[in-house]
Amino acid sequence: MSSAEIPVVIRPFQMIGHSVLAAFREVGRITIFALRVLIACVTPVIYVREVLRQCLKIGFFSLPVVGLTAVFIGAALALNIYTGGSRFNAEQFVPNIVVLGITRELGPVLAGLMLAGRVSAGIAAEIGAMRVTEQIDALATLSTKPHRYLYAPRVLAGILTLPVLVLVADIIGVMGGYLVGVGALDFSGPSYLRNTWQFVTAGDIWSGVIKAAVFGMIIAMMGCYQGDRSKGGAGGVGRAATLAVVGAAVLILATNYVLTSIFVQVGL
Amino acid sequence: MSDTPVLELRGLAKSFGAKHVLTGVDLSVRKGESLVIVGGSGTGKSVTIKCALGLMSPDSGEVLFDGKRVKSQKSIDGMRRRSGMLFQGGALFDSLTVWENVAFALMYRDGVGRKEARERAIASLSKVRLGKSVASLRPAELSGGMQKRVSLARAIIAQPELIFFDEPTTGLDPITADAVNDLIVEQVKALGAAAVTITHDMASVRKIADTVAMLHEGKIIWSGPVDQIDNSGNDFIDQFVHGRAEGPIQPAM
Repeated sequence: MSSAEIPVVIRPFQMIGHSVLAAFREVGRITIFALRVLIACVTPVIYVREVLRQCLKIGFFSLPVVGLTAVFIGAALALNIYTGGSRFNAEQFVPNIVVLGITRELGPVLAGLMLAGRVSAGIAAEIGAMRVTEQIDALATLSTKPHRYLYAPRVLAGILTLPVLVLVADIIGVMGGYLVGVGALDFSGPSYLRNTWQFVTAGDIWSGVIKAAVFGMIIAMMGCYQGDRSKGGAGGVGRAATLAVVGAAVLILATNYVLTSIFVQVGL
Repeated sequence: MSDTPVLELRGLAKSFGAKHVLTGVDLSVRKGESLVIVGGSGTGKSVTIKCALGLMSPDSGEVLFDGKRVKSQKSIDGMRRRSGMLFQGGALFDSLTVWENVAFALMYRDGVGRKEARERAIASLSKVRLGKSVASLRPAELSGGMQKRVSLARAIIAQPELIFFDEPTTGLDPITADAVNDLIVEQVKALGAAAVTITHDMASVRKIADTVAMLHEGKIIWSGPVDQIDNSGNDFIDQFVHGRAEGPIQPAM
């Protein structure tokens, strides 16, 4: 039935219906795609060489971005906590709150968001270009599954490297706070570090690291999914990159809330 | 020539929404035979070979490889192991070197070691007149003609029984195109394989075809030996062979 035959009054409802169905279809597609890739991540054959190459690309080359983000966030956080703390004479808690904020929340979330920009877009553009130049079809004719050869290595690399990046971000973020604390806020260096070290718990670090692994999966998965679905030349590849970044960023923030509430429940 | 066709398509149909691209394609190609499918832009030539290779699934009809029906993923994989494909743009993997591209199926599918794979890739490259010096380059560093040749080397390395060529001469100058045609004929003969080519380049048709089939509005409307294309008595093939805008076929504009 063409849309011209439908009464005008009904049309808005039809549009709502269409978009709801489209949204469910998309969720279904992503879920099936993600399950297939995750199965390929844990069953043979795993292309170790590809995994290592992606670890280098996703992990190692993201160190500068993550490091810079962490140092400035740590520094700004220290200033804000000092200002806020001084309202009820709690300035001395700067080191404690900086390390808590960085390890539990800002380290994983900001590293995740920065990498959603850097890595998701990169993966989506690369896979999208491979799709439109028929390289993915070529892969299939050579009896190699894109899920195994292209997607699983990227997702594995995301899961493996993001926790490491977040540990680095934790350390650099604390150092950012330390620089401001000692340089501008008259903390003594040794006592700042001692406070930090005595306050932080393994649970703080673990919760950040677990978040990071999940975010790493989301980042790589969204890049692969949007790249895989892209069509229609250069414009399609650009659209895939945009959708990957937006999708990954929103999913990271939503997942962050869910994970945080689970951690609070279980007392991590 | 043996009796069982290497590849047979029976009543293949495929639609995209309301657009009926293929409405019943019947084709067969035997060992040692080179079939060329011609037809205007957008007549479904690419869709035909994508269905044949299992890259798209047809709405109805069947694909038979070596007399057996190809339907399940397992049978598709089995067919792909014994066939090769030269893509229109080459479709070389740009993150890999030339030799890794050529030896891809050996390394990732057949589990051949890198050292042996490299030697066999270089041997395959020499068959398409490319020297050892290009082996370590990236595809982006090669000219269009060289990319096509690398892609041909990749298609023939596992000694396929069936090879598909998607517009092998598109985007090449006439001289390079002729050289690529020569290589295709030479390598298909050397392998004794069946070849299916789609093209709209008549020079290419005359050079590589044994049999020509013309696709129009989703069906094969004429097929016959290549030496009959000039006096086929078919208005459609006449118009196409002589490249006239006037005739039964409307230009795709």
